[in-house]
Amino acid sequence: MRYTLHVNGRRHNVDVDSDTPLLWVLRDTINLKGTKFGCGIGLCGACTVHLDGAPARACLTAISDVGNKAVTTIEGIGATPIGARLQKAWLDIDVVQCGYCQPGQIMSAAALLANGKTPSDGEIDAVMNGNICRCGTYNRIRIAIKQAAQSDFGTAPNKRKGA
Amino acid sequence: MQDMHLSRTSSAADARPGGASRRDFLKVSAAAGGGLLLSFELPSIANAATGAHATLNAYVRIAPDNTVTITAKNPEIGQGVMTMLPMLIAEELDVDWKQVRIEQALADHRVYGRQVAGGSMATPLEWDPMRQAGAVARAMLVNAAARRWKVKAEDCVTAHGEVTHTASGRKLTYGALAAAAAKLPVPDLGSVKLKDPKDYTIIGHSVPGYESPKLVKGEPLFGIDMVVPGMLYGVFTKCPVFGGSVVRANLDVIRKLPGVRHAFVVEGGSDLAGLMPGVAIVADSWWQAAKAQRQLEVKWDEGATREQSSEGFARQAAALGAKAPAHSLRHDGDAAAALKGAAHVVEASYHYPFLAHAPLEPMNCTAHARGGKVEIWAPTQNPEPGRALVARTLGIDERNVTIHFRRSGGGFGRRLMNDYMVEAAWLSEIARAPVKLVWNRTDDIQHDFYRPAGWHFLKGGLDASGKLIAWQQHFVSFGRNGQIAPSAGMESTIFPAGRVANLSMGYSLIPFGVPTGPLRAPGSNALAFVFQSFLDELAHAAGKDPLAFQIDLLGKDEVLPGRGPGFNTARARGVLEKVREVSGWGGRRLPSRAGAGVAFYYSHLGYFAEVVEVAVAADGQVKVNKVWAVGDIGSQVINPTAADNMVHGAILDGLAEALNQKITIENGHVVESNFDTFSPLLLKQAPPIEVHFIKSNHSPTGLGEPPLPPAIPALCNAIFAATGKRIRTLPIDPAMLKA
Ligand code: FES
Ligand code: FES
Repeated sequence: MRYTLHVNGRRHNVDVDSDTPLLWVLRDTINLKGTKFGCGIGLCGACTVHLDGAPARACLTAISDVGNKAVTTIEGIGATPIGARLQKAWLDIDVVQCGYCQPGQIMSAAALLANGKTPSDGEIDAVMNGNICRCGTYNRIRIAIKQAAQSDFGTAPNKRKGA
Repeated sequence: MQDMHLSRTSSAADARPGGASRRDFLKVSAAAGGGLLLSFELPSIANAATGAHATLNAYVRIAPDNTVTITAKNPEIGQGVMTMLPMLIAEELDVDWKQVRIEQALADHRVYGRQVAGGSMATPLEWDPMRQAGAVARAMLVNAAARRWKVKAEDCVTAHGEVTHTASGRKLTYGALAAAAAKLPVPDLGSVKLKDPKDYTIIGHSVPGYESPKLVKGEPLFGIDMVVPGMLYGVFTKCPVFGGSVVRANLDVIRKLPGVRHAFVVEGGSDLAGLMPGVAIVADSWWQAAKAQRQLEVKWDEGATREQSSEGFARQAAALGAKAPAHSLRHDGDAAAALKGAAHVVEASYHYPFLAHAPLEPMNCTAHARGGKVEIWAPTQNPEPGRALVARTLGIDERNVTIHFRRSGGGFGRRLMNDYMVEAAWLSEIARAPVKLVWNRTDDIQHDFYRPAGWHFLKGGLDASGKLIAWQQHFVSFGRNGQIAPSAGMESTIFPAGRVANLSMGYSLIPFGVPTGPLRAPGSNALAFVFQSFLDELAHAAGKDPLAFQIDLLGKDEVLPGRGPGFNTARARGVLEKVREVSGWGGRRLPSRAGAGVAFYYSHLGYFAEVVEVAVAADGQVKVNKVWAVGDIGSQVINPTAADNMVHGAILDGLAEALNQKITIENGHVVESNFDTFSPLLLKQAPPIEVHFIKSNHSPTGLGEPPLPPAIPALCNAIFAATGKRIRTLPIDPAMLKA
């Protein structure tokens, strides 16, 4: 089947089976490898993307269900102010260990911060709990999200744990 | 880099421990593009753990624009080694970190020596050689400047990638000197002076992960992201019962499915770590291959282990535990007699389950076999055994196997094995095309090399004063043909051995057919739970504070036999005393059903003591409120930000094992299949963690593993403090903790 996808502001025409998960269309057809495969059944969040700004698990989203929705992936999120702030915070806090979960973490965090407010600890826990980090970078993820949410972030000097 | 000439130390025997004592080979040649290219041949320091020696090479390239390219020799799996080892070279080279570019080496032990991500060994093995590598390069650049200025080398200093003649103030960048330096004789490795640690500008300063700017943008660095032109995608289905073989499969049906190019039976062998029997499907896309896999019907010959089960193993363990150990490990004094005469005897049996690794990136590998050669792109922790396995299985020479490292989305020991590598090579060979093999999560969890389960039957005796006078331990583990299975052994030197006058340890083996292997802090991740929990039981039975009880038992400062240089009781006491201080041990009033526990462990040459504070809800759910960790890994914490991150990760890994994880064998196969039944720690479960280091006067050692083992018993001991219930079986069962 032929589908037209809008990914990170670009149009892609693809020809794949209708049940193909968006994850594999992104990774193997469009060659955007940032969206990761971890579990394939909605348990780990490594495949998180945005559909019209709302977070979605790409492994559970069939290509036929994407329709006209704008798809944003980790490769495109840096073009949004929130995405750019999160990526900067991730680097300032030196969150990454292996890095495999981090695209999904940043995409979930970007959806969490979309309303412009600084999330409470409880809100962070509730929204981010579906994103597994096998390496255990959770405490730095929490710090980085809070840093990115602060309005003066980007001008204030950064402090890295262990520095 | 094709103009490089490598010389090798002639044999392992002439590479002496200590590093710099012999004339080393170091070749310099002009780099393509006109710069300095150094290839170092350095004898490695003694491998303290095994006594084995390995040769080492590192490459430094300096371009005219003063950028310095350093080759990272070891595979990166999230432990930060790709950043850390180049830091050592850059420090002694005396450059600014912002000048440094890092390139990942090819897998080639003939050039680079040991290239393994395992055993927390990179730091202890590379600490001296990498710094020497930088120092030699610096000396050559200084000599080049001194010649040009016709001054003495001693009158020149370096900083920020520049040489300065102190008296005249003249300066030249390394980039400007590199070509001339490349033509100079190489100074003797032993003659170059290493920096005084107080002058360090890179070591001991936080350097963020080198690849992180790419990773947060989703750039394709991992094994699973590999693309080779003309590549097909593979899945491989093995018998759910380990070692089972294929009788028949509906290949005709599979071959007709959309996108499927090849479907074939792989006869395989009987080596659980090699190419096993199974059915391969190779398709135009991974999704098509995976979809076809769902329609695959295979009649398996399940083989000899189809009856084995966790329950059956437990029954056998109980029967064996009731008897004397079949094999003896250690006897000090007379434990049986001392137990008879003891004022208190504590008896307990401990059990921990099989565990999977489940790194977030599932097993995968890309291979291209053609013309008797194979090129491989692998997220592996241990390429050389993979190379040998591929060569053996395909019947080609090892020299015809090229292995490129890809970043690993976690390793934890799983990628020390290379089963996925040989599968990818085989699929490519048969499909006559490059193939990317990607396992799904169920393949990954059900075909692992598991942390072996184990049972410990313990008796401890205290005298009337509460002193530990007797320790008797029967460890029931797994083996094949009388040999202990991989990662299923126990050392006889684990504390309190050596500090109990009457001690006996022995083991018995259950024969089995489950593949096992190292999981982060192998051995220790299970044994710390047993030893440090039972010591806590004994402390309580003695009516003593558990932390003070352990310090008392450590006794006078000395080095007891143990891993590497041995078990240093002073360092163990040091971390315990420090964690007492930073955690405010015993000084806080905690609400009911809250409590704190402590444990320490010596593993992988590092000492860690940890305090865990928990609250146990009325329904038995355990919430970890906070963890304090104190480590002693020697005189330097090379990269503090990465170290702190690694300690967090190891502790959370330990908590996951204690709270969440179990692999169950039933009818010969693994029951768990994905993260719903085998869960890493979730964010909600992750407590705040405070990390402290003691800088001791010992050479720096590794950090990937030693923080993990004490986390588990510290948690279980905290649960006892909170509820009076002793956790003797993992994972923790909330049902037994109900109010
Ligand atoms: S791969 Fe989609 S949630 Fe895990
Ligand atoms: S950084 Fe490795 S899984 Fe999160």
